[in-house]
Amino acid sequence: MAQPGKPLIEVVNLEKDYPTGGGVFQALRGVSLSIAAGEFVAIMGASGSGKSTFMNLLGCLDRPTRGSYHLDGQDVSRLSSDQLAALRNREIGFVFQGFNLLPKLTALDNVALPLMYAGMGRMARRKQAQATLDRVGLGERSHHTPLQLSGGQQQRVAIARALASRPRIIFADEPTGNLDSETSRQVMDFFSQLNREEGITLVLVTHEADIAAYARRRIRFQDGRVVEDVAQVEAAA
Amino acid sequence: MIFASLFETAWHALVTHRMRSFLTMLGMMIGVAAVILMLAIGQGAQAMVRDSIESMGSNLFIIMSGATTAGGARVAGGMAPTLTFDDANAIRELDDIAAAAPVSPGSAQLIFGGINWSTSVFGTTPDYAVVRDWPMASGSFFSEADVRSGARVTVIGAVVARELFGDEDPIGKIIRIRQAPFEVIGVLASKGQSLDGRDQDDTVMVPISSAQQKIFSSSLRNRARMIMAQAVSEKRMDTAESAINELLRNRHRIGVGQEDDFTVRNLTAIAEAAASTTRIMSLLLGAIAAISLVVGGIGIMNIMLVSVTERTREIGIRMAIGARRRDVLWQFLIEALTLSLIGCAIGLLLGIGGAWLVERLAGLPVAVTPASVLMAVGVSFLIGVFFGFYPARRAAGLDPIEALRSQ
Repeated sequence: MAQPGKPLIEVVNLEKDYPTGGGVFQALRGVSLSIAAGEFVAIMGASGSGKSTFMNLLGCLDRPTRGSYHLDGQDVSRLSSDQLAALRNREIGFVFQGFNLLPKLTALDNVALPLMYAGMGRMARRKQAQATLDRVGLGERSHHTPLQLSGGQQQRVAIARALASRPRIIFADEPTGNLDSETSRQVMDFFSQLNREEGITLVLVTHEADIAAYARRRIRFQDGRVVEDVAQVEAAA
Repeated sequence: MIFASLFETAWHALVTHRMRSFLTMLGMMIGVAAVILMLAIGQGAQAMVRDSIESMGSNLFIIMSGATTAGGARVAGGMAPTLTFDDANAIRELDDIAAAAPVSPGSAQLIFGGINWSTSVFGTTPDYAVVRDWPMASGSFFSEADVRSGARVTVIGAVVARELFGDEDPIGKIIRIRQAPFEVIGVLASKGQSLDGRDQDDTVMVPISSAQQKIFSSSLRNRARMIMAQAVSEKRMDTAESAINELLRNRHRIGVGQEDDFTVRNLTAIAEAAASTTRIMSLLLGAIAAISLVVGGIGIMNIMLVSVTERTREIGIRMAIGARRRDVLWQFLIEALTLSLIGCAIGLLLGIGGAWLVERLAGLPVAVTPASVLMAVGVSFLIGVFFGFYPARRAAGLDPIEALRSQ
């Protein structure tokens, strides 16, 4: 658990360089911020602003070139790739724009996947996966494959997968990008509810203002720097 | 480690791509089937040669009348035999020799009742049964006394007994060998095929004196076309051979520089040469088949590489939700291993079935040994690991962000 007063996520002077043909592209140029447990943050910015790079770093998919990243007091930039994988498995859930479900697996098997890598037994993980699918309202579709489900349902399966190992943080990268406005609203309502009722920390990357409006804090990126970091009143659902 | 789950994952991937899995296994199947079949044929041939050698008798010399070559040209058969019964007796007295028998071979028609049968006839002495290590199925071999008196008695091979007498007991019956009546006093135990493929049981034996008087009506009494001799032990084969040479050169008064009028052959050495030839053939067959096994392994590697490329995004997703590099490595390694072992299992069935067919249809002797089955399974396992490792490592080495971005 996060210690009181200590932020869940704390980055200081975070920089990320990518080598390019002629030299180095600085995707992040010194980002410092902290996110407390239970926050609901929207990260905004144009493409190329560094918001995706930032989220990959926060999501432990990548390591910073310079600067430090502490997740729950632990210095993530020093972890091995296996330790990062374990951290992603235990503490972090991902929801992607393109859902990123495995097309050959049923909804249940998709949701049970992170539990498999956590080393959970077959029966236990199926049970927990089924319970998680029930929570997102897809308990009866657990044996459908992604192609047999609508976009909104697929995204709910993806959310269930992110929730299955009971992580403390969920990173959602343009989660409504492939959905119509009605389904988008349902997905965002569900996120709000998760945040409000279960205290799950939510970090949302989006470029749509009405989606960002669901969050209580808005951080805007531009050219690899934070240009805006404001609290906002949660939009009435 | 979560092997059961990884195996399940691998199995699922193979089942959902049935056609591809089958095609990948095909190379392995053919390779293993070829190895099993080739080894079965090779070992069958080896076993046949071994049996023939065993049936021939051990530490055996054959001394033939006439030189193998005379003035550089091979001498044809049909020359007057230069060996005598006394030569055989003298050879028998040598320290290194256990037994020696003169042999007068020929062929004749046998008649019993209304049945006739053409077969080979050997005129010889009781030592022949010793030299050839040939036991009796019933009755007894003829004696030295029978040889001295030129008795009209005969010992018949198993095939002759079957053809002439069927289920009847041949002992005491009179058969005609080229019109001359002979009493059957013994039936030889079955020996099967000889090295040159002849049926050794299709024969009759008579005292050499009787053969020359009653059957071949030879004018050259007391002469034998060949003498078969047995050394007392394998170690003394060499000294025995030179002793025979020396003895016969003395007895035949062959001076220094003159050509021998006889040829001594070490049959055991010839048989061993035949055995090593079949062994080499067997190895060659196995080696050629092993190449197809390796080709099968390369096939697995190819498809696994394609599979890794195709499933880059899947790998990225798995990594994002917590798969460690070694989980990904194992997933693909287990897939490759499963493919090669299933391929191996099917190949084993095909190979064993093929060997059975070869035996049934072509009449070749085959032998599928546990060792060759174990070897095929072991090699398939190694091939699975060896050719599965590179694609698996490639999968495990992917960067999760780039893998997620791929289409």
